[in-house]
Amino acid sequence: MTPTLVIVVAVVVVPVLWSVLISFQRLRLIEVGTANPFAALTLDNFAHVLSSGGLWKSLGVTFMYTAGSVLCSVTLGLIAAMAVRKPFRGRTFVRAAMLLPYVAPVVAVTFVWRIMLNPEFGIVNEFGQNVLGWSEGIPFLSQATGELDVLGATIPVPTALLTAIAFEAWRYFPFAFLFIMARLEAMSSEPEEAALVDGATPLQSFRHIVLPQLMPIIAVLVVLRVIWTFNEFDDIFLLTGGAAGTGVASVRVYDFLTVQRNVGAASAQSVVLALVLVALLAVYLLLLRRRGERV
Amino acid sequence: MSAHATADRIEEVPAASASPRPRRTWSRFRIERRTLGILRWVVIALFLVVTLLPFYYMFLLSVKPIEALLRDPGSLIVAPADFTLETYVEVLAPTSAGGQGFSSFLANSAIVALSAVALSLLIAIPGAYAIVRLPFFGRKQVSALFLASYLFPAIVMAIPLFVLFTRIGLRGSLLGLILVYIAQTVPVAIYMMRNYFETVPESIEEAGMMDGLSRLGVLRRITLRLALPSIMATGLFVFMIAWNEFLFALLFLVDRRDQWTVSLGLSQLSGSIEVPTTVLMAGSVVLTLPIVILFFATERLLTGGLTAGAEKG
Repeated sequence: MTPTLVIVVAVVVVPVLWSVLISFQRLRLIEVGTANPFAALTLDNFAHVLSSGGLWKSLGVTFMYTAGSVLCSVTLGLIAAMAVRKPFRGRTFVRAAMLLPYVAPVVAVTFVWRIMLNPEFGIVNEFGQNVLGWSEGIPFLSQATGELDVLGATIPVPTALLTAIAFEAWRYFPFAFLFIMARLEAMSSEPEEAALVDGATPLQSFRHIVLPQLMPIIAVLVVLRVIWTFNEFDDIFLLTGGAAGTGVASVRVYDFLTVQRNVGAASAQSVVLALVLVALLAVYLLLLRRRGERV
Repeated sequence: MSAHATADRIEEVPAASASPRPRRTWSRFRIERRTLGILRWVVIALFLVVTLLPFYYMFLLSVKPIEALLRDPGSLIVAPADFTLETYVEVLAPTSAGGQGFSSFLANSAIVALSAVALSLLIAIPGAYAIVRLPFFGRKQVSALFLASYLFPAIVMAIPLFVLFTRIGLRGSLLGLILVYIAQTVPVAIYMMRNYFETVPESIEEAGMMDGLSRLGVLRRITLRLALPSIMATGLFVFMIAWNEFLFALLFLVDRRDQWTVSLGLSQLSGSIEVPTTVLMAGSVVLTLPIVILFFATERLLTGGLTAGAEKG
């Protein structure tokens, strides 16, 4: 048993603790080759990270990005799972096709999205201009704030951030879809049949019988998706590079590391990110407990 | 199947014997059933278009020259006159022959992903087995730790690993990347296989021991054979993670072009203007195709392995 324990400690515990340690040390990228784990401790990194206004802005963006993506991806997953619930010809293919965005390499799908949304020759803008009658192409990924005319009023919309959320929803709805589908298949059909006999309509049956049984798995999915989206780096970095109002906190960690070449500050930023996440989850669990639900 | 058939038969009952009921209920039921029946197909069609269109577009752009794309950007088909595989030749050819060198990136990705699968399974199989079968102190806590590691952000782990690998001189080598992927996948692999080992009845193993097999013999000859589907599912999952991974490849290998994986190569080249978009699309297809083929070939196995245990809700 000891080997497994050693691996767990080496793989999980040590990097996390070391990360915390580095966040209290002065470490530049050039000095990495000679880094000393026992160097003097300092609070400079946290002062640097907390004092620059960028932190709160990036956390705000991260919150919006996480809330939007999780809400959309889980809702879409639920709708998709309900739609393919009853057997039909070609169901296996449809299920597999719907899982594709999740299994495909992130670099390839972000690249295709970038080309599709390209203002000059992307298919989406081409379609918008020729069929939907847009006057000009929309720079989906490079426009921080666009203006939307609704009934004469002009509303500012964070174009790039919304596009990134749409991408997240597209890429991760299959994850929710997969787990909700597994739960649906394991569900006993008797309560629904009984409700049918009692004259419940399909929507009533969904609202009062199916959905309550799905709530536990949906709660788990929301927690998992929040954790992963909160720390998401690849998708945003590859889509927008963190520009145009999409600079989430993890991209800021990367910037500290490679642009400012300040390893200590990067570590401090990632520790702050992890702490915010832990606080967020604690609040969520507390709310659940207060409502008397068990996770 | 039979449950659904029963449900369908029952569903007809309220409609047929509705006369004694208030008409309102009857019509609401019918309206909802009709609307949802149609809506269901609309939803399925929409989801299919939205999920598949980007992949179709990727393939479409990869088989036409850049001039054809710029001439008619809205076209969703490739004219026979425009059809070309030159893009694939260019993307795969080595840089010395004027290509983009994706065949060597492919080789790097394959080495990394396959080694990660082999080594990760080698560590995870005994680990998962030990967690299920051998009583030891802190068994529950170890499982919890595994899950916790899955929840930790890659970017938090990235910095100490970056420092460590720079110090021991493994940054910039495929070996370093393999080690990171093993570290990232072993916890998930153990978690997935643990669920399966639990379903192998202990009595079968005891019978094996009675017949004179050692603990290792039982593991090799009985348990592993029974758990083979789960081992394959886990292996595939590890392969996909390693093949698709981007952040660590970027941090470790970015200044060593000869060591780039396909993901890293595509992301680096897509930033430059010199390489035509359609050639890079061919690169995307090359990157995506192995995963899509593997996935469609093993869809049942893989999704079953992933959601095992989720059914209990």
